[in-house]
Amino acid sequence: MADETTPVAVAVPRSGSPGTQSEPAPTPKPAPAKPAEKAKVVAPAFREYPTIPALKIDSMVESNPYVSAAVHNESVGFPGTLVDGWEQKAVAKMGELLGKYRSLKVYMDACVHCGACTDKCHYFIGTGDPKNMPVARQDLMRSVYRRYYTLPGKLFPKLVGARDMTKDVLDDWFRYYNQCSECRRCSVFCPYGIDTAEVTMAAKEIMHSVGLGHKYVNEIIGKVHKIGNNLGLPGPALENTLEGLEEDVLEDTGAAVKYPLDVKGAEVLLVTPSADFFAEPHVDSLIGYGKVFHAAGISWTLSSKASEAGNFGMFIGNYEQMQKIAMRVREAALELGVKRIVVGECGHAWRVAYAFWNTLTGIGAGANDPFAIQLQKQLDPNYKQPSHICEVTWDLIQAGRLKFNKEANDHRIVTFHDSCNVARGSRMGDYAGGQFDIPRNIIRAVANHYVDMSEATTREKTFCCGGGGGLLTDELLDLRVKGALPRMEALNRIVQDNGVNFMATICAICKAQFTKVLPYYGFKMSMVGGVHQLVSTAIVLNNEQ
Amino acid sequence: MNLLFALLFYVATLILVGGIAYRVYDYARTPAPLKIPTTPAPTTSGGVAFRMFREVVFFESLFKSNLWIWALGWTFHLGLALVLLRHLRYFTEPVNFIIAFIQPFGMYAGFAMAAGLAGLWARRILVERIRYISTPSDHLMLALLLGIAVTGLAMKFLMHTDIVAVKAFFLGLMVFEINPLPSHPGLYLHLGMVVLLMIVFPVSKLLHAPGVFFSPTRNQVDNPRETRHLAPWAAKFEAKN
Repeated sequence: MADETTPVAVAVPRSGSPGTQSEPAPTPKPAPAKPAEKAKVVAPAFREYPTIPALKIDSMVESNPYVSAAVHNESVGFPGTLVDGWEQKAVAKMGELLGKYRSLKVYMDACVHCGACTDKCHYFIGTGDPKNMPVARQDLMRSVYRRYYTLPGKLFPKLVGARDMTKDVLDDWFRYYNQCSECRRCSVFCPYGIDTAEVTMAAKEIMHSVGLGHKYVNEIIGKVHKIGNNLGLPGPALENTLEGLEEDVLEDTGAAVKYPLDVKGAEVLLVTPSADFFAEPHVDSLIGYGKVFHAAGISWTLSSKASEAGNFGMFIGNYEQMQKIAMRVREAALELGVKRIVVGECGHAWRVAYAFWNTLTGIGAGANDPFAIQLQKQLDPNYKQPSHICEVTWDLIQAGRLKFNKEANDHRIVTFHDSCNVARGSRMGDYAGGQFDIPRNIIRAVANHYVDMSEATTREKTFCCGGGGGLLTDELLDLRVKGALPRMEALNRIVQDNGVNFMATICAICKAQFTKVLPYYGFKMSMVGGVHQLVSTAIVLNNEQ
Repeated sequence: MNLLFALLFYVATLILVGGIAYRVYDYARTPAPLKIPTTPAPTTSGGVAFRMFREVVFFESLFKSNLWIWALGWTFHLGLALVLLRHLRYFTEPVNFIIAFIQPFGMYAGFAMAAGLAGLWARRILVERIRYISTPSDHLMLALLLGIAVTGLAMKFLMHTDIVAVKAFFLGLMVFEINPLPSHPGLYLHLGMVVLLMIVFPVSKLLHAPGVFFSPTRNQVDNPRETRHLAPWAAKFEAKN
């Protein structure tokens, strides 16, 4: 892994020095096409009132991710470079997707340009670039759809805003579909539920199919297929890391908490984002999961094969990639013979696990086909499959099986950032909205000081951290900093009013993104952490060995 | 003129009904391979029906989003609905008592409809963000609807036409008889624009009306862990695995 030069999905290595960063980390290997300029990363000023910005045409036209090299495109099964006749092939691919995805078909037709979504995207709020308004982002594709797939667009293209599929259009796609974090905030407010994430995913699928790949995402997908996780950590490295954790926890607490790997016959398989294995603050939550299982006496294991909960296949809208990545979890579960599958703190991973795993891999319940039944008869029907680690912990708290010393968190005044994919793409517990209450319930059970941010920025209306959807890469740092503006403003308010000094979240991307971005807004990077980091601080362990 | 309008209405009706039927069929046959309700979402199909009801009748999401657009849009649509119901009197004999009852409301609804449209158009011109996303067809659609509303109101309040004859014309069309239509420029304009609206409906953004019912983020039940959801094209991948 040492020779890999990907900008990894983590902010700082575990041993990294704390403190603020004023400069973005240099990108390891500039893309040949576009030399890495000295990045101009500017955090917008906080607004006194959250007014809607005036349009700044083309203000983000320079924001491009690196184009994937041929080797990385091909390793994931896409053409290496832009193929001959890509215009026709892209249009044909669009036609294929229109026949496979009802969402795309309906959303291309249904928009009336009412403008309800125009001020809802964090990237628009942070940049003012009109193409970051959700409707305008959709129209980058809708204009092409109208040209080739509707009668008025064929007859009167100008009248209905239809455009030919040209290089200029493709360039705009690559720019602006890579300025969407697929957070679905716009879909909450659309009168027809149009979800720009569906359009962005389709656009990325089309671009990849004609050989225009996204370097950061494709490198990561390649690593999952080859090694098993986004960071490319091989089994022995994992084992070392976990042994190190056991020693650390023993030293800190006197309890022999185990962090097992590949243990056959364990009750629980924990699948967690690989950032949890060595990034700060992620690892503190992994320590917390282990303590919860230890305190409750539940046997559990991690898997070197399924050492990644994240699934970047979703970010590029590719069903087959998403399934192939998810299949590793199914295979690990079958091999290890586990009864329960639990997912760690990761936003998009939880969306994929909660909403898609049953479809993709049969991890779930209620199947009547042999493929899914093979696994489902092995899993314990008394538990939700898969379960979120927060569901597990909250159930144990309610059952009185965990004890806490809440005062251990008294140096913290905590708030909670709802991660977009958890908030708007999944659920926890038995009722709609459980995904908002359960993490907050846990925090209140382990800490004495909790304050919510403005309700216009939490729960289903939460703002993306600015780094989701496969944008967590250094060449997009300026976009990421600007996109964090609405969250930073809401945080700033309760920092000023309530002295909040810790923002808990349950997403590896949020954690990495905030660690990097907080300093640009004058906050300490150590302000962000996991919910299970708080659990870890307060939990009372049985010290018998 | 009588024959021309008769033909136009037959053709427009065929396009409208056939076009929407095809679109609905097309939406219905296109699979939704993944569970993507915008959560928090109902966990039962009854809950989904209630969510859809709130969305279609009260424009719930729009209400959460922007009160101006909601107020103008809802006023327009409610007005349109009442006006359409009111016009059923031209197609039925005897007139249903409910339709008879709403006649006076339908009259004022015409004003509400026009006011809502005018407000939406003003936003399209005055608000920078919405001006940016507007295409010529967005303006023309508003012009067409406003034209229909204004000519209709004009015939009610300014330059009456022989509505008994108009009714005879439409009742005749329904049994394939062509009765004389009053020779009235306002009426010709009104009916001509209605015909145009019917024709463009199935190829325009007016498809939001059937489309909303097929929107997966709104019409799916949030139960992916409890039931397995599999599209036919996606099921084929399992054979490979």
